[in-house]
Amino acid sequence: MPIQVDIVSAEGDIFSGEANWVFAPGKLGELGIAPRHAPLLTELKPGEVRVETSDGEEQFFYITGGVLEVQPYLVTVLADSALRGDELDEEAALAAREQAREVLAGRSDEIDLAQAQAELVEAEARYRAAQKLKGKRR
Amino acid sequence: MASGKEIRTKIASVKNTQKITRAMQMVAASKLRKTQDRMEASRPYAERIRTVIGHLSEANPDYRHPYLDKRDVKRVGYIIVSTDRGLCGSLNVNMFRTILGDLSRWQGEGVEADLCLIGAKSHAFFRRLRTNIVAATSHVGEVPKVADLVGAITTMTDAYREGAIDRLFFVYNRFVNTMSQNAQIATLLPVEPVDKAELQEYWDYIYEPSAGELVDGVLDRYIESQVYRGVVENVACEMAAKMVAMKAATENAGKFIDQLQLDYNKARQAAITQEIAEIVGGAAAV
Repeated sequence: MPIQVDIVSAEGDIFSGEANWVFAPGKLGELGIAPRHAPLLTELKPGEVRVETSDGEEQFFYITGGVLEVQPYLVTVLADSALRGDELDEEAALAAREQAREVLAGRSDEIDLAQAQAELVEAEARYRAAQKLKGKRR
Repeated sequence: MASGKEIRTKIASVKNTQKITRAMQMVAASKLRKTQDRMEASRPYAERIRTVIGHLSEANPDYRHPYLDKRDVKRVGYIIVSTDRGLCGSLNVNMFRTILGDLSRWQGEGVEADLCLIGAKSHAFFRRLRTNIVAATSHVGEVPKVADLVGAITTMTDAYREGAIDRLFFVYNRFVNTMSQNAQIATLLPVEPVDKAELQEYWDYIYEPSAGELVDGVLDRYIESQVYRGVVENVACEMAAKMVAMKAATENAGKFIDQLQLDYNKARQAAITQEIAEIVGGAAAV
């Protein structure tokens, strides 16, 4: 009996089908999974997932990491859609915090803009009034 | 009454506006279909990861991950997903109103909130209020990438892990159908345990490396997939709301043009009548 293999990522399905063998880059080393494998859960390193489908074909999928779940007749690869790493995550978090500060700092800018616009409108009105007065005097 | 020429220019200008709103309506309609597909595509991952978590929490009753522990609420966090652009009806406004209601309820209980904002519209709204914004992202686009969201999410999950916040909520618009979208406030953290009834017999995984590390990774991915799904759904809502709003605008422009056309005809008729009256009057005088 072949294994049902599902490779999914958050952004969409990548592969779904039956296979005789699945090879995946586990965190502690390369894994080969045949039917009736014991339940296993492991993280995957960036690398290649090789699926030997039940009609003898070989398919390759490159993943940037993820989680592999194995049950006797079911293999699920939860593939990451982006390269990860603590440092990368930390950097991204810093960028998000930085933008939050910018949003907060933007407060003064916007008030200035609104104030400037109000002043402009007022100046324009004065100018127009002055023009009218001029016309009357003439 | 305005002269004929004035009305004609006005009609031309409204017609131009109508052209634009109609184009926007059609663009939104075609994008809506694509974003709905994307919404569907993100579902299997979220479901899978949820079952894995179910097994994990069942198989390891001794190991308590901070994400699964309920704590007393002293401070809460919100991840708020809004659109980047306007012209989508009351979509954002309705959501912000829901959030404000929630925030003031927490405030009544003496609980402060930290906000994480995704989308330019929420930046503009929440910076005017005296709120505590700790993270922000914008312009994730119509095809959001998980990579663009990781930073904002990590900030909030780190805060939860460190105990800075005791609850993490997630606000986005739920897509019901093209005509209706609801602001939804979902609890991200602590993670709700899966019903035990769903799991039949006892068995455990072989863990590589250790269970603790794996649970960490899986739960982080789970949170990310939830937020990603919300962001994608919010894009679908934006497109639907934009389509409806632009349709209404196009119809209103049509009505406006009809009214102006009527005014124009009246003005023209009045001018002709006056001219005839003048000619007749002139002829009578001669």
